[in-house]
Amino acid sequence: MNKHTAPDLTSTKITGGVAVNLRHDSAHKHVTGEAVYIDDMPEPAGTLHAYLGLSTVPHGAITSMDLSEVETAPGVVAVLMAGDVPGENDVSPTGARDDPIFAEGEVQFLGQPIFAVVAETREAARRACRLAKITYDEKPFVIDILDADRNNPRLVTKPMKLERGEAEKAIAAAPRRLKGQMRVGGQDHFYLEGQIALALPGEDMDVTVHSSTQHPSEVQHMVAHALGIPSHAVTIEVRRMGGGFGGKETQANLFAAVAAIAAKRTGRPVKLRPDRDDDMIATGKRHDFLIDYDVGFDEKGNILGVEFTYAARCGFSADLSGAVTDRALFHCDNAYFYPAIRAVSVPLYTNTVSNTAFRGFGGPQGVVGAERIIDEVAFALGKDPLEIRKRNFYGETDRNVTPYHQRVEDNIIHRLVAELEESAGYAARRREIAEFNAQSAVVKRGIALTPVKFGISFTATQYNQAGALVHVYTDGSVHLNHGGTEMGQGLYVKVAQVVAEEFQIDIDRVKITATTTAKVPNTSATAASSGSDLNGMAAQNAARQIKNRLIDFAVTHYDVPREQVVFLPNRVRVGNQEIPFADLVRQAYMARVQLSAAGFYKTPKIHWDREKGRGHPFYYFAYGAACSEVSIDTLTGEYVVERADILHDTGRSLNPVIDIGQIEGGFIQGMGWLTTEELVWDEKGMLRTHAPSTYKIPLASDRPKIFNVKLATWAENAEPTVHRSKAVGEPPFMLGISVLHALSDAVASVADHKIFPCLDAPATPERVLMAVERLKREASR
Amino acid sequence: MTAIRHEIRFLLNGLKMDLDDVRPDQTLLDYLRLERRLKGTKEGCAEGDCGACTVLVGRLAGDTVLYEGVNACIRFLASLDGCHVVTIEHLKRPDGSLHPVQQAMVDFHGSQCGFCTPGIVMSLYALWMRTPHPSDRDVEKALQGNLCRCTGYEPIVRAARALSSYGNPATDPLSLERETIIAALKAMRDGTRVEIGGGRERLVIPANLDDLAAILEAEPNATIVAGSTDVGLWVTKFMRNIAPAIFIGNLEELRTISEANGTITIGAGVSYSDAFSHLSRRLPALGQLIDRIGGDQVRNMGTIGGNIANGSPIGDTPPPLIALGATLTLRRGQGRRTIPLEDFFIAYGKQDRQPGEFVEAVHVPLPTPETRFAVWKVSKRRDEDITAVLGAFALTVGPDGTVASARIAYGGMAATPKRALAVETALIGKPWTMDTVEQALPAYERDFTPISDMRASAAYRMMAAKNLLRRFFLEMSGTSKPVTISRYEEAV
Repeated sequence: MNKHTAPDLTSTKITGGVAVNLRHDSAHKHVTGEAVYIDDMPEPAGTLHAYLGLSTVPHGAITSMDLSEVETAPGVVAVLMAGDVPGENDVSPTGARDDPIFAEGEVQFLGQPIFAVVAETREAARRACRLAKITYDEKPFVIDILDADRNNPRLVTKPMKLERGEAEKAIAAAPRRLKGQMRVGGQDHFYLEGQIALALPGEDMDVTVHSSTQHPSEVQHMVAHALGIPSHAVTIEVRRMGGGFGGKETQANLFAAVAAIAAKRTGRPVKLRPDRDDDMIATGKRHDFLIDYDVGFDEKGNILGVEFTYAARCGFSADLSGAVTDRALFHCDNAYFYPAIRAVSVPLYTNTVSNTAFRGFGGPQGVVGAERIIDEVAFALGKDPLEIRKRNFYGETDRNVTPYHQRVEDNIIHRLVAELEESAGYAARRREIAEFNAQSAVVKRGIALTPVKFGISFTATQYNQAGALVHVYTDGSVHLNHGGTEMGQGLYVKVAQVVAEEFQIDIDRVKITATTTAKVPNTSATAASSGSDLNGMAAQNAARQIKNRLIDFAVTHYDVPREQVVFLPNRVRVGNQEIPFADLVRQAYMARVQLSAAGFYKTPKIHWDREKGRGHPFYYFAYGAACSEVSIDTLTGEYVVERADILHDTGRSLNPVIDIGQIEGGFIQGMGWLTTEELVWDEKGMLRTHAPSTYKIPLASDRPKIFNVKLATWAENAEPTVHRSKAVGEPPFMLGISVLHALSDAVASVADHKIFPCLDAPATPERVLMAVERLKREASR
Repeated sequence: MTAIRHEIRFLLNGLKMDLDDVRPDQTLLDYLRLERRLKGTKEGCAEGDCGACTVLVGRLAGDTVLYEGVNACIRFLASLDGCHVVTIEHLKRPDGSLHPVQQAMVDFHGSQCGFCTPGIVMSLYALWMRTPHPSDRDVEKALQGNLCRCTGYEPIVRAARALSSYGNPATDPLSLERETIIAALKAMRDGTRVEIGGGRERLVIPANLDDLAAILEAEPNATIVAGSTDVGLWVTKFMRNIAPAIFIGNLEELRTISEANGTITIGAGVSYSDAFSHLSRRLPALGQLIDRIGGDQVRNMGTIGGNIANGSPIGDTPPPLIALGATLTLRRGQGRRTIPLEDFFIAYGKQDRQPGEFVEAVHVPLPTPETRFAVWKVSKRRDEDITAVLGAFALTVGPDGTVASARIAYGGMAATPKRALAVETALIGKPWTMDTVEQALPAYERDFTPISDMRASAAYRMMAAKNLLRRFFLEMSGTSKPVTISRYEEAV
């Protein structure tokens, strides 16, 4: 609310401190349509519109490019190609120099940008794009993981290996052994607001870009590289995104770079917004994986040794695939202790769009592998998968070393799962389901309870730093800025709560402001669930600096001992008197006290040696568990999620209602990934699912019919994070895995749980029916 | 010859608009965002699937005005002649306070990134006016056409459940001002033809059905635009020129449903939503199918006539209508002919429609009491998805327990909606038993050679198609319950 009201000087508690339910700061603007996204900003007079021309073959040398009709089309002002990039024609985020803005000489996937048209209107630019005549000398291409050469694969980046103990020996010596393979599909982010950038040329070399990005600093660097100018000439600003989910971490770079190049070339503002189809065709997605596993175990179900190979479709360039496939390996254990483990990644080059960050960043694919082997071991032994899960959980004091040699020191999975098992009525429902299935020929039910343990921190240690900028004005109102970006997750309100708490002022005294590279430099992406951990601490640090100066001032000015300066709600007690916060600030100003501070934070404890596969890459772990029940129709493979129960750990939550929103949304998004969201490429390398008509994310009617979500309110972070809270962005995504396993359980019932369904993901109705049919066939043999 | 007007007239929120420079392919969304600078309505997909652009369109229906959610992205501006367009900007009260639907969404934390939110508010607004005390099923149906990627919908559903405690639709401005709005809209309906632009920018809104017949006879290559749920995409996705375009959405004569002598006649301009209330009473299986076509926005726009005329192999209404033995009336000028619906579909992209001809009505014989009729749609996602396989069955069993008649038709199995004639033959005259069903299944291979695409593989289509016959038998015989999953209490 924007109403300007005088702060309450008698209250015992401020409004909007930490650990309270507080609505999203923009909620009112969301529901009225007044929240401004980049495409809603008033366009400066003379604004031009750019549109991208994309390749039409998956791999080939460009033999000719005739853009004459494009150039002379109505409204066209400029056409840009690789040669028009003043600086470097590259937006690769890791310096691999394999990610051209415009393809030069060769195209490597169908949909790769080759040129851009700049025109008076977006429609004119879009129409002109279609007039290009480009010919190719087509080359052989690899689309699918299965098409890649497994013996001598082309990789986009260096693979990783995690090893602890001697897995091969342990597996060979184990009483039981099984091998298998699983496909797990990719996922489009389907942020509702597509990629967009609006570039405003300035004087000298300057350019300001409004970019829908999770990583303003990287966009700044990329725009600077592309223009061949210093970073100081480039300012990136983003107030909010209409969803990100990782899809605007590196993928915003190209759009901002093109808009900036066009703006500097024409001297006019330029906006670039692809339509939904181009957005889905030309930007990266979640990596799909082929997971090979070999596991040794005993008759009780104790896992003794595991070998994993995680092969990923990375697309034509490295992008973040190295870190993504690394994180898949970091999560191949999920919550389980492997006495001996060897896991390797295979980041495959394919002639598809370069895959990228997506909520969980490879972690979910890692966890899917872990849960798959647990399920299959349980099957082999005829035991309830939950029993095998619990049996293999990390210990609290022993059996607690991960495949990357970090000790799990904050394990709460035992209690969490026990509580959920109880509250969800797992055992009774499993019995009821068995009875139901015995009576029901067509409809079958299934249930599964799966855990999540997710490592928090960027595995690239340098990203675990953040900055904030806090100003206190002389009326006691506060301007807050930090490096984190708002994409709907509620980061801005959480950080504002931290600052309000620090100063003990009502949250409406804290102004949330757009993220900009001009206020806080060298920021990390708002990614890896790190937003509130990093930026909350940085903002707290900035506020504390100012607070300490105010205390110093009060001590001197009022001649009181330090401990007699106490911040109360909207006021400060100094000795025996209470002074309104604004008054003390005003007095401090008069005494020439600096009322602005840049805050900083870096995560302690963490280190990682990728070559050795050893270290302490994660500051802490976040935990959760979900129990899902489904019904399937064995005639068509269609299904309904009957119920889901979730218990999740967000430490001492900064804002429980915001965290629950992340958990509910994450679960549904994870469920969508593993059920109806299917990416399909045709034999010509064309992505056929490039719009919501063909790519099906969950609807309201796909929600569990009964959906119980609770926070583990007893949990608190063992590490001194911001108010002992935990990160919440990514971990709940993996709760959706319970739906895949419930589907598998229902399928298994058609063969009396004697044959393992080997259900791949996404488990579309088609995959479910095909698995049902296979089990029926094999059972009747 | 009727009088001709050269502008379209409509109400936009509280303003009366007269526009004489409308292009046939100009969408309502672009008009709102680019020309009116009403930025609350968002573009998410430009194909009518995500609902971020949802606005309400009020149209005269008899003596009242009916407000329906539509997708502004694929709705053409010209189709709004005589309508009231209500956007998100119209909801906030003059004193700055929130509308009850908005307040509920805030209180229940129904927004995260906020981009889908205006569209969701508009869909809930339409729901609240129609059904102030909605069931969960009502809410889910109202949200079938709205995608949210952040919340997982749970808080939005909570807000929707609570709507009635936030306000009474009877005191909503759209209710209080209804008489004024109706009067204004009636005044715009002057019974004239509307013509704007020429050549590649020509659009026509016929004055009445005879006028349409005359115009089309004179301009046989014109694009007929009814609900624009398909033609809209020709423009937004393929940038196709649709001029001259004839907008027929306003023709009341095409929007009638009547029933006589055991046959329901559905005018070609009847929307899915209009048809639903009638069909769900008279042919419940068909009513339930319509509930799964698109989202509310698409059902409010899209027409049964368009679903047929378009000739798509995956249109949802032709197979059940064919199974029921429906016939189609086509009109050119003053001439009419009526053909079996199945004969209309000649080949992929080719229908039995002559130049200058248009689909006027479809006639659906009600099944006899002894006829067993069922239709099932199978798709990757339950709601708002395009069919992978759709099977429709109308079958009678004689007194001797043998199959007396069978009409079975499928969508998604061939290049057109198509009858399973070999399967029918394999059933007719045989005892109505599972054995007969099993023995008839190989006939599917003679009837159909489905394709593999992004929606389903050929193998899955064939298997699911066969299993729908099994399901039909199981449901009719009552030997195995339940025969399919259901999200809701009653069987679908």
